Amino acid sequence: MARWGMVIDLDRCTGCQACVMACKAENNVPAVGMKEAVRGRIISWMQVLTEEDEEHSGEVRRFLPRPCLQCDDPPCAKVCPVYATYLDPEGIVAQIYSRCIGCRFCMAACPYNAKYFNWYRYQKEAPGQNPDVSVRPKGVVEKCTFCHHRLQKARERALAEGREVAPGEYVPACVEACPTRAIVFGDLSDPNSEVARLARSPRAFRLQEELGTKPKVIYLTEGEGRG
Amino acid sequence: MVDATDNRDAILLAPIERTEPGFYWAVGLLSLLILWGAIAYWTQLDEGLGVTGLHQPVSWGFYVTNFVFFIGISHAGTLISAILRLSRAEWRRPVTRMAEVITVMVLFIGAGQILVDLGRPDRIMNIIRYGRYQSPLLWDATSIGAYLTASIVYLYIPMIPDIAILRDRLRKRKLFYTVLALGWTGSERQQKVLNRAIAIMAVLVIPIAVSVHSVVSFVFSMTLQPMWHSTIFGPYFVTGAIFSGIAALIVAMVAFRKAYGLESYLKPIHFRYLGQLLLVMSLLWFYFTFAEYLTGYYGGAPEEMKVFWAKWSGPFRPFFWGMVLTNFLIPVLCLVRLGRRTIGRVLTASLSVLVGMWLERFIIVVPTLSTPRLPFGEGIYWPTWVEWGETAGSFALFALFYLLFTKLFPVISIWEIREGREVGLKEVEERLLTYLPETAEPVLMETEKRW
Repeated sequence: MARWGMVIDLDRCTGCQACVMACKAENNVPAVGMKEAVRGRIISWMQVLTEEDEEHSGEVRRFLPRPCLQCDDPPCAKVCPVYATYLDPEGIVAQIYSRCIGCRFCMAACPYNAKYFNWYRYQKEAPGQNPDVSVRPKGVVEKCTFCHHRLQKARERALAEGREVAPGEYVPACVEACPTRAIVFGDLSDPNSEVARLARSPRAFRLQEELGTKPKVIYLTEGEGRG
Repeated sequence: MVDATDNRDAILLAPIERTEPGFYWAVGLLSLLILWGAIAYWTQLDEGLGVTGLHQPVSWGFYVTNFVFFIGISHAGTLISAILRLSRAEWRRPVTRMAEVITVMVLFIGAGQILVDLGRPDRIMNIIRYGRYQSPLLWDATSIGAYLTASIVYLYIPMIPDIAILRDRLRKRKLFYTVLALGWTGSERQQKVLNRAIAIMAVLVIPIAVSVHSVVSFVFSMTLQPMWHSTIFGPYFVTGAIFSGIAALIVAMVAFRKAYGLESYLKPIHFRYLGQLLLVMSLLWFYFTFAEYLTGYYGGAPEEMKVFWAKWSGPFRPFFWGMVLTNFLIPVLCLVRLGRRTIGRVLTASLSVLVGMWLERFIIVVPTLSTPRLPFGEGIYWPTWVEWGETAGSFALFALFYLLFTKLFPVISIWEIREGREVGLKEVEERLLTYLPETAEPVLMETEKRW
């Protein structure tokens, strides 16, 4: 069975936020409005975190695109009281919106702050939304799903045509949108896939690796070109 | 034992027989606060949790703080009363009932905080339908459920003889008291069964009480978050719970002593003993806090230190130092030498501890969340009127429950006071004699021979 994973090359990331916008459009992520944004209620499944470079403070900003890291040992799924978030067999941390009771324990437990809460009913179903992704009601937690609906679509298409899902047939929206091809997606269990090859690179690291969460989003450090 | 004509303890029945205007004033005032809370909750239910000050990353705030605080207060009662009963502390007699009532009433309020905190309270039954026992929240639900059940039983059983007195003496609510008295006549057999039941419940309730605040702490310590992921959280929380519980008990005792004129029952000596207990708990609490913070500081892990400095000298500094002041400095200064004005000093210390323990819960819940590991920038949390209203309403609801209880049942156990006069005195004398060498009884000698 596939283990879906992602490699993000920080050397290539320009901080353009194309991934963020593509994600919002693809997954019907609500725009919460300025008032809510100021209060810290932005929902952004993919978020580009920025940090001052310690060596070139004030001149260089470093960018860190952060989707849900799809941990193999997810701290959020561990604490969920109702199985509303769990690790699916292909390694994607799923979220069941219709079951979530909104206790926000998973948000408190996630060391990457990758989970978001619907503080209000931010949107209703409307034309122009992606029909493949359900619109979340108020009071539930949501998060990046690696565009799981795209996997389902690819699988159905392959099934109809009587073949396997081809590599590259299933890619999340952020990967497609990245203009510098900083994000690579694929099956980590296939040693020949590009994503598995990059994940073995000496530049590869995982966020907060020491916590033992085993994220399947792997970063490549900034190399020579840095600064 | 139940002598309906015994008028010595009539003052304990007075609040049930008559209602002073002060009662209506109190109910009115509390109702206003509860109304504020109800409006706040209705607004939140209607519009969503967005009306609170919660956000990303501080997704838990006042409600979770209140939850931990109120569940902590609940340890006042049952636990303290059980320990006093088991250790045969004779001074417990006018204290136990008040303590047990706190537990039962405050548990409802505490458990209610979680319901208020939920984004989807309509789906609360999912906890049973899809309950996942690996989640500490399920441990909480189980443990608190067990504690509430045990505490209600433990409150009710020692109340049966008193209800019988009410049934025989009062003209109103005859059916209510008759049903609850379970046909109590005070026969020797009933007396024996009652004492046995109380003893069993007293033993049973202690481990349950300890488990309750341990699993409440596990909600935090089972995560990987800095300054939450700590092995001492279980005992630390239990200590804090008993600490705040004693303080709440003292405040309730002072309030009802004044309101119902119970000066001859709740004497300075009771406050002195409880004050000493409070002092011990204050020192124990300080020891735990010291151990917890020193370990974090000395280890110096960067993530831990971010939270540590946020509390020590960062945005949460007033709360942190306020906590040290109100949980340690003020109580120790008040209680270390209880000379004159015992009650005033003990009350000051208790009120201070109640503020301090709320701050302690707040300082555990919020700073960890507001200093995320990744560079998000610090999230500062400002509660809105909704959270203030809900909090005020919760305190008022607790006070109202307590007040209504005292209008239905005696707040000091009448039969236990009588038992103290009639049986306790002799029993203590006999017990004391068995402690002394020259009066050791032959029965004890025999058991010693077996060794």
